[in-house]
Amino acid sequence: MSPEPQPVDDLVGRWSESDLPVEGRVLPVVTAPASVLSTVGARVDPADPAIVQLAADLVATMRVSPGCVGLAAPQVGESVQVFCVDVSAHPKTRSHHGTFVLCNAEVVSSSRNEKAREGCMSVPDFTGDVKRATRLTVTGQLPATGEQVTIEAEAFEARALQHEIDHCQGLLFLDRAAGAHAIHPRKTYL
Amino acid sequence: MTVHAITVLGHDRPGIIAETTRALAGLGLNIEDSTMTLLRGHFAMMLLCDGETAQADIAAALAPLEADGTLTVEVRAVPAEESAPAAGPSYVLTVHGGDRPGIVSSVVSEVAAVGGNITDLTTRLAGELYLLVAEVDLPVGVDADEVGASLRRVAGELGVEVSLRAVESDEL
Repeated sequence: MSPEPQPVDDLVGRWSESDLPVEGRVLPVVTAPASVLSTVGARVDPADPAIVQLAADLVATMRVSPGCVGLAAPQVGESVQVFCVDVSAHPKTRSHHGTFVLCNAEVVSSSRNEKAREGCMSVPDFTGDVKRATRLTVTGQLPATGEQVTIEAEAFEARALQHEIDHCQGLLFLDRAAGAHAIHPRKTYL
Repeated sequence: MTVHAITVLGHDRPGIIAETTRALAGLGLNIEDSTMTLLRGHFAMMLLCDGETAQADIAAALAPLEADGTLTVEVRAVPAEESAPAAGPSYVLTVHGGDRPGIVSSVVSEVAAVGGNITDLTTRLAGELYLLVAEVDLPVGVDADEVGASLRRVAGELGVEVSLRAVESDEL
């Protein structure tokens, strides 16, 4: 059974990478068609030192990537169910939980789909129109402590969570294209 | 490197794409970008293929598609092009309303007048309803609100509805 949502939300909201006992390293981001991006990630032990290090590395790599609001383990070549999210600085964000890392995350419930165009560091040449829920309940575990948490997310944070959970399941936004004309060449700017 | 532009047009039926691409694969041609749709029930496909096959050999391999007279195939060499970077932001242009001559030309003229570049365009006629959807790159420094205003003025004269919305793409 899920614990009470609100207090656990606080736990996620208060979390930051400084809670981790290790320094994050910036890792190279892999791009499609790398097979790791299309492989279902393994569930992990959140207390495993390698996973704790990976959690720190994901946050560090997200931080140095302009505009990046989330990064999943397969994007740095690790086929496991770990990702980080931080949508706090994004203009489309409503409520948010700041920076956090989740292990073994699962969508419990979702509703109110909306279509929007999204891009991904691992698919640098395309953007795609993808329908995603705008109300979302996700469970998962925090790295290091392994605490089980439940997140109620909305709007842009909900979209980011679904995008990262998809990565952990070996899915790209390309797999969710809303139609034959839903994938667009990414504009490169002078 | 030679790029071949291949167009296939005509009466739609299952299997056209399979037959076309099987012939191209048999020649060792590599399909790069392609697009296919139905235009008022007509099959319409364009493919850009890369490979050192002679144009006549491609035409010969695709000739069976034309055998029953329902399809037309054209093969021509085109220079390789790098997609030009967009100088400014992108917009989706939508027009809909009662069908009448001149909707497309009037609307796209406004886009061309400010140096806007259309990168994708679809128009459809269903009954009396005419629909145009386009992706438009506007040059840096062009005021999208002013373009929108001029489009609405033209649309008003044509009695159709128009909208110009910024394309927002979020990095995840």
